[in-house]
Amino acid sequence: MGIKEMMAKRAAEEIKNGNVVNLGFGIPQKVINYIPEEMTVFVHAENGILGAGPAAEAGKEDPTVVDSGCVAITAVPGASFFDSADSFGLIRSGKLDITILGALEVAENGDLANWMVPGGKIPGMGGAMDLAKKSARVVVITTQMDKKGNSKLKEKCEFPLTADKCVSLIITDMGVIEVNEDGYLLTELFEGHTAEEVIAGTDAHLNVAENLRVIRYEEQ
Amino acid sequence: MENKFGKVKSLDAAMEYINDGCTIMIAGFGGHGSPYDLCQGIIDKNIKDLTIISIDAGDPDLGPDHIIGNRQCKKLITSHIGATKAAGELLNAGELEVEFCSQGTLAERIRAGGVGIGGVLTDVGMGTMIEYDKPKIQVEGKEYLLETPLKADVAIIEAEVADEYGNLIYKGTDRGLNPLMARAADITIVGAKKIVPVGELDPELVITPGAFVDIIVEERGDWTWPWA
Repeated sequence: MGIKEMMAKRAAEEIKNGNVVNLGFGIPQKVINYIPEEMTVFVHAENGILGAGPAAEAGKEDPTVVDSGCVAITAVPGASFFDSADSFGLIRSGKLDITILGALEVAENGDLANWMVPGGKIPGMGGAMDLAKKSARVVVITTQMDKKGNSKLKEKCEFPLTADKCVSLIITDMGVIEVNEDGYLLTELFEGHTAEEVIAGTDAHLNVAENLRVIRYEEQ
Repeated sequence: MENKFGKVKSLDAAMEYINDGCTIMIAGFGGHGSPYDLCQGIIDKNIKDLTIISIDAGDPDLGPDHIIGNRQCKKLITSHIGATKAAGELLNAGELEVEFCSQGTLAERIRAGGVGIGGVLTDVGMGTMIEYDKPKIQVEGKEYLLETPLKADVAIIEAEVADEYGNLIYKGTDRGLNPLMARAADITIVGAKKIVPVGELDPELVITPGAFVDIIVEERGDWTWPWA
């Protein structure tokens, strides 16, 4: 199993039976592949579906059943369609149990920056601010370092914020880091990584839990 | 069909209501739920200086980005332009003004405009750069940003089925902002895939009541997604 798959599988452990979840682009979309079959989870896509299923088979795409990336999907039994006000009402009212998304930067107080890089293209925030600010729980999946080798886990975000104090858990390619009142707390390591490596890869103070779990996944 | 409400019109007749300088809401999410013929009509008529309100820039060949790329838009109010090219290029070139609004807040501002209420209070965006100089209001000890309602001269939306009165049914994820925009414009124009006589739609299933709809145009249905 590659590290991206392992990060997705670890994120899936955060989802409980009956949860309503929203999955961002990239690795978060893979999380759905690791939810145990015996669990019932409703995937929300902010364009207006609760109960988003797997991608539609080639030749069976229906342009009126798409996800927020405009990919033709299927709707699971029990799915519903609704307008954008209901879709974001569901998020703001706390009915969305968990949002799993990517990050450009996270701060030790849980601030999240994931919508724009100053001086770069401005794509717009889409629904990211609503999701980050109002989901009951925000889990970030990200590499520990950016492409230039700088840590994405900061004391304070330098990029414009998506939402303040919203992230509760970060799953990086090195391990799992909780965001608590005392800042970052390393609780788990992916096999092959060390706490020292994560400390060096964090641009802020990193507390290390006793009894670190080492995550090993058997090939499936 | 009788057309006893006079709402069913040709595309050309409908286009008379969309003119230079108007503020227009264009429905659709990445083009899904956008009325193809009406968007194409705006391009063919080459209407200029539009202010467009839309959830995103649509698809390069359908919706706001197509119109923006044709240099017909001066201002765009939207949540996302990252999936298409023209809007971003013209924004960077200083030829297009873009007001970004978080998607859920955009939906509520349009809803507010459509249901006649004076604004929206939300904490989404607080602590971020989109606070700007937006007024902050305390309610029951909690602070919110005041977001203003959005209204338009014209809204163009797609529906799966319309009856002659303008009662509308949408299909799947095409619904999006469509029912919200239908309420928020002085003139609401529907591109309907199918038009039926009154009495044929089950009132229990109608999503947008016909009172919100002014003009109905039958979509020719010759738009297909590359993969569909």
